[in-house]
Amino acid sequence: MQHTRRGPAALATTVALATATAGLLGACSAAAPDEASEGSSDTYTWWDPYPQHDESSDWAARVQQCGTDAGVTIERTAYDTTALTNQALLSAQEGTSPDVILIDNPAVSTLADTGMLSTVDELGLDTSAIDENLLAAGVAGGDAYGVPIGANTLAIYYNKEVLDAAGVDPAAVTDWASLTAALEKVTAAGSKGITFAGIGTEEGSFQFLPWFWGAGADLRELDSPEAVAAVELWKGWLDAGYAPNTVITNSQNTTWEEFLTGEYAFVENGTWQVNSAAEAGFETGIIQIPARDGGGAPAPTGGEFIVAPVQEDAERYEVTRQIVECMTTPEGFVETATTFAYYIPPTAEGQAALLEQNPELEPWVSAVQDAKGRTSDDLGTDYPIISEQLWTAVQNALSGAGSPEEALKAAQTEAETATS
Amino acid sequence: MHDYTIRAFVQGNAEFVGFDKYAEVFGSTTFPTALLNTAVFTLVSILFQYAAGLALAVFFRSGFRLSGVLRAMFLVPWLLPLIVSASTWAWMLSSENGIVNSVLGAFGVPQINWLTSPDTALLSVIVANIWLGIPFNLVILYSGLQNIPGELAEAASLDGAGAWKQFWSITFPLLRPVSAITLLLGLIYTLKVVDVIWVMTTGGPGNSTTTLAIWSYREAFGTGQPDFSPAAAVGNVLILIALVFGFLHLQLQHRQEGS
Repeated sequence: MQHTRRGPAALATTVALATATAGLLGACSAAAPDEASEGSSDTYTWWDPYPQHDESSDWAARVQQCGTDAGVTIERTAYDTTALTNQALLSAQEGTSPDVILIDNPAVSTLADTGMLSTVDELGLDTSAIDENLLAAGVAGGDAYGVPIGANTLAIYYNKEVLDAAGVDPAAVTDWASLTAALEKVTAAGSKGITFAGIGTEEGSFQFLPWFWGAGADLRELDSPEAVAAVELWKGWLDAGYAPNTVITNSQNTTWEEFLTGEYAFVENGTWQVNSAAEAGFETGIIQIPARDGGGAPAPTGGEFIVAPVQEDAERYEVTRQIVECMTTPEGFVETATTFAYYIPPTAEGQAALLEQNPELEPWVSAVQDAKGRTSDDLGTDYPIISEQLWTAVQNALSGAGSPEEALKAAQTEAETATS
Repeated sequence: MHDYTIRAFVQGNAEFVGFDKYAEVFGSTTFPTALLNTAVFTLVSILFQYAAGLALAVFFRSGFRLSGVLRAMFLVPWLLPLIVSASTWAWMLSSENGIVNSVLGAFGVPQINWLTSPDTALLSVIVANIWLGIPFNLVILYSGLQNIPGELAEAASLDGAGAWKQFWSITFPLLRPVSAITLLLGLIYTLKVVDVIWVMTTGGPGNSTTTLAIWSYREAFGTGQPDFSPAAAVGNVLILIALVFGFLHLQLQHRQEGS
């Protein structure tokens, strides 16, 4: 029988090691902020959520060029989208904010609420050319806090072969009833109907909003009859087998993969899949998401804003303004659009220039013109709270945990308590 | 506790609100669901992890050919990055094209919505978590078994005790201290599981797989509006629960040493 007991010497070593490690860690974390705050006057920091574009990419080169034009060097750091918001908040807390951040549009009002962003007026930017509905996502309390660098939105892609086989004409899909009828025909012909993302995150709300708004519902009133109708539409598709049960956990990428199998007639997805759709093994097309009684439903806008966090040294704003302006010229917008397949430019001039190069993007340009910012209608920082309740309600209704009315009623109660 | 809204977070002027945030958390409709899910998730997980780990440890103790290789292979779930194993489980359990449903379908079982039905989602994440936790239990219990001298079993078998009797009268009682620490560590690990559930269901559908840990994570990082104060309150509740069981363990140990 062996009993090994650790002697006092061994224990002492462990303690010493642990202390040394802790000391080292402490030293590291203490050193980091000092480094960051050493922003010299001719180096400007730039954060964006595009880690897929590395230092050697065209995008990075363009950012550098804008810095060179303004006579400074730009230090660019790319973060993951969700990490970027947290990083921005942390840096603001430590007083080491970067000069320019490209950030997802619903986060703008959240950051603005903390007082860490300068307004476009403070920067001296001219935003008069930018489409009102796109700029609205960055407006809080009457002040605009950033400039959209491009916008994307949702539409319905269809698989032409599946529709032809079932004898469905995509042009005839103009309202909810005709869409459901099309789904019925397609599934009767042996294909699968539609797929969308109902995942329990912001993506789920993003995908649900065109139907929600298309029914005429308002985010301040989640339990309105219009909202119930929108949830019932999705729930009805699931129950009838027009949509797969996996939509409850699908992300937008998953739905796209499902669509690319060629089994589905329709998928709700965004501008960013245009290139992938062109390369699909079958012919595809898009239609605007229909509103309940016909016409195009307002889809939520996606896409990033350029924002400039408040700096202690106000003299930096002049160069920051030059950098932002350089990124937002009509040619700049078109370049951004093609780099990110596709961001529709937020100005009429930019849209015209883009259509000249890519006339097939016409339906997307009109979808963006109809689109609506999620934080618009003066929802601002209430939006994320309401959105969380909305996706929870959709999930509860789709999975059968409650009826659409019950789920939305509960969501409205929660949202009211949380935002009041 | 201070009320850290994101504004206060940046400006550093969080208001002291005493126990308001705790009241808010306890009063929330999510709290009872999350607490119940946490209890079911934790208890069922560690029970099965422990039972399976113990059975395997006893099995491998006999040291047959290839037992070393097999034992090493049982460590794979532990070695895989969690995101990999959780995604794999999510694919396997997918309603439309998951392998589990297609195997069941071959036997005529209708489609089961493992991850998307409120009735089975919790079960699914528990199964995945049990699979992940077995290696840990196996390793600790196996090393515990090494410390039980073989002579005792020999003596017992001379006295005519069968394998079953030997296990319950000798191995299991002698393994008690190791079992206690395994269960305690398992409990603490399982209480704070976020990754597996988050990858498989993000706590949904609705709130049906939301545990306290998931809830805390969601409040802080899962929405566009970081809400650190309730997240911290929920986190503290979790620490308290773990602490209670820790003291329980100490108490048991004292009693054992006393006797």
